[in-house]
Amino acid sequence: MGLNQDIEVRARPDRRSTKTARAFYGLLAATFVALSTTGARALDPGEMFDDPSKEARAREIGRELRCLVCQNQSIFDSNAGLAKDLRIVVRERMEAGDSNEDVLEYVRSRFGDYVLLEPPVSGQTYLLWLAPAGFIALGGLLMLTYLKNRRKPGAPLPEMTQAEHEEARRLLGEET
Amino acid sequence: MIVELGHFALCLALIASLVQATVPLWGTATGSPAAMKTADTAAQIQFFGTAAAFAALTWAFVVSDFSVMTVAANSHSSKPMIYKISGVWANHEGSMLLWVLMLSLFGVLISVFGGVIPVVMRATVLAVQAMIGIGFYLFILLTSNPFERLANAPIDGQGMNPLLQDPGVAFHPPLLYLGYVGFSTAFSFAVAALITGRVDPAWARWMRPWVLLAWSGLTAGIALGSWWAYYELGWGGFWFWDPVENASFMPWLIGTALLHSAIVVEKRNALLKWTILLAILTFSLSLIGTFLVRSGILTSVHAFATDPERGVFILLLLCIAIGGALTLYAWRAPRLFDGGVFATYSRETGLLLNNLLLAAACGVVFVGTLYPLFLELWNGSKISVGAPYFNKTFLPIFGVTMLIAGIGPFMAWKRANRQDVIRRTALTTGISVVLTASLALWFGLADMVGLLGAFIATFLATATLLDFGRRIGLPQASPLVALRRAIGLPASAYGLYLGHTGLAIAAAGVIAVSVWSTEVIQTTAPGQPVAVGPYEFTLRDVRSGNGPNFQTTFASVDVTREGTLVTTLKPERRFYPVERQPTTEAGIVTLWHGDLYAVLGDANGAGGYVTRYYYNPGVPWMWAGALLITLSALISLVDRRLRIGAPAPRKLAAQPAE
Repeated sequence: MGLNQDIEVRARPDRRSTKTARAFYGLLAATFVALSTTGARALDPGEMFDDPSKEARAREIGRELRCLVCQNQSIFDSNAGLAKDLRIVVRERMEAGDSNEDVLEYVRSRFGDYVLLEPPVSGQTYLLWLAPAGFIALGGLLMLTYLKNRRKPGAPLPEMTQAEHEEARRLLGEET
Repeated sequence: MIVELGHFALCLALIASLVQATVPLWGTATGSPAAMKTADTAAQIQFFGTAAAFAALTWAFVVSDFSVMTVAANSHSSKPMIYKISGVWANHEGSMLLWVLMLSLFGVLISVFGGVIPVVMRATVLAVQAMIGIGFYLFILLTSNPFERLANAPIDGQGMNPLLQDPGVAFHPPLLYLGYVGFSTAFSFAVAALITGRVDPAWARWMRPWVLLAWSGLTAGIALGSWWAYYELGWGGFWFWDPVENASFMPWLIGTALLHSAIVVEKRNALLKWTILLAILTFSLSLIGTFLVRSGILTSVHAFATDPERGVFILLLLCIAIGGALTLYAWRAPRLFDGGVFATYSRETGLLLNNLLLAAACGVVFVGTLYPLFLELWNGSKISVGAPYFNKTFLPIFGVTMLIAGIGPFMAWKRANRQDVIRRTALTTGISVVLTASLALWFGLADMVGLLGAFIATFLATATLLDFGRRIGLPQASPLVALRRAIGLPASAYGLYLGHTGLAIAAAGVIAVSVWSTEVIQTTAPGQPVAVGPYEFTLRDVRSGNGPNFQTTFASVDVTREGTLVTTLKPERRFYPVERQPTTEAGIVTLWHGDLYAVLGDANGAGGYVTRYYYNPGVPWMWAGALLITLSALISLVDRRLRIGAPAPRKLAAQPAE
């Protein structure tokens, strides 16, 4: 959580109160608070490329990498010192001629999968990546079964059993 | 003394909810109308209790009574009055009190306006509502008591996070809770339906207004939170796929499905079991959202251990409520039978498909949000699931949902004319392709995803407009006849058209800002112009001043277009000495097509400042779209068919002229 968390903790020596305050954002975004407000400083003019297409590429990569000390932010959005260091690493690798994938792989090999905001497909993320197709397939199957088995308009009503016929006759007052 | 009265009132509410949860059910079992009617009285006492407790806590905040622990930890005497009041719910204890206040408010509204609901159903609904209440009253009184006193009151409070000292965020939690807690009514109606065995169009008609109200509040609450992030966090982002955002988005997605499937129950007496399941799931996701956020399990896995009492308590509540309801469902639902029949080509199938897609979209958000947590619990490995994952998985599903939302209204109930639906879909597709292509040529849009998004948004807008035109008899009818028909359309039809148009407009805004926004960051000296898209931003001067409880540095940034002054932006940097925290207030001016947005950064020591300038096209459309969606639900709510208590014609009392 870096610098801003430090500020927060210093301002509120009572850990519990830090937590209670944070709980509220409740539905807002606890993270935003930890990242704090100095988003304006996230990207420094000094670190930017002059070439706009190169700069755009650097940002594209930056959006794929997680700031390791923040809650859930890309290094492009973050203002933490570590995010800035990583942005500089990205730019250095780009200068060295790396492709986008090379840069991501370079960072991943040092910090692990955790640093990638898009988790790589692997044995432990199969379920994650199959989930969307799985939900659609399962839902589609259930829906088709439902549509197939439901009574259609104009379909004949189910046949009455012998017992039901007798019950009907009795109700209608007929002799059996 | 007032604080102790508040504490007492909260205990009273607990007792009332204990009565409300038991006596009415005993009444329905023994057929005693008097016992069933207790539910209404108990609901009113319960609301009185929570309202009094809330008022007492508000009073403690207003007069800055720092002998109350919550006030001391979250308020400060120098805060402006509005933030002393919003500070009541800007902390854990107070926000839980707001939660039960909303819960008992819905209870009392059902008891007062639910006159049309048969007494057996109403008593059961209120009893279930009270059971939820008991859990949360116990949670507050046992683990998060807002009325706890400090033995030694501090001289002043610790203040409130300056980020939250903002008008937008002051009203965000109440609206969000209106949604979250409002879905408890759907849950109660579903459980009551399972208990009484009565599910029919009338049941859906009793339930739907509450769902509409809750959904409307949740929509507004999410939009307000997103808006706040956009202007307060200072980098122009509005949605981050953050776990806490997802926690509020999941009930919205499933709630949207519920809203639509309840129409099928109401009009066609079909999809009964599915609707009940959705009602249970919607509130379950609200509860899960509350748990995820309150326990801190998502913010940080370690925060869970620091205060396990609360997390475990909510987890327990969660298991009882969700597990209980689903068990009841598994036991009773097989006995329910769908009455309505419909052809495969029909509005019913369209809505079923909408439900399937929305549920899948919600499932994706659910898995993406919780996967890292479960993976870490399972084998300890840490991964991140961020925006790139959700963009790849959620957006395609939601895109198709929007197309279905366009086509669905073309299909008639029960049995649609297949040729007619295909013809109208083809016409809509043709118009949207032409519109998208001209847009692409005009503004130079080459991005594939952007083009697809633009097509989907235009498709939905075109389809909705065409359907509206046809509904009022255009193009054959004369304008006068069409106008008369437009006036005669039921409010729920306007709900549909406004809601879908709002979605199309909001989507168009999201696409526009992601494709065309311009951002420039630089160090500028005053007087130095910077080109931002078609505009030119010039920093004029930077001054300092003092706010009520902060120090501020504010700049004037002139914006010109082709030499003419468009507006002046006033970005600000504030420092709150009590909390020792800075905030950024972006300078924003909204034009019909987009926002001009400036953020003031650090001084470079040589008279220059780091400045970030943006031109964000489409952003106002997002907010306008969200507003339309919110209003659409409220408009549906006034539909005569749904109006609570409508069947009894109101007596027109002679009112003296004023």
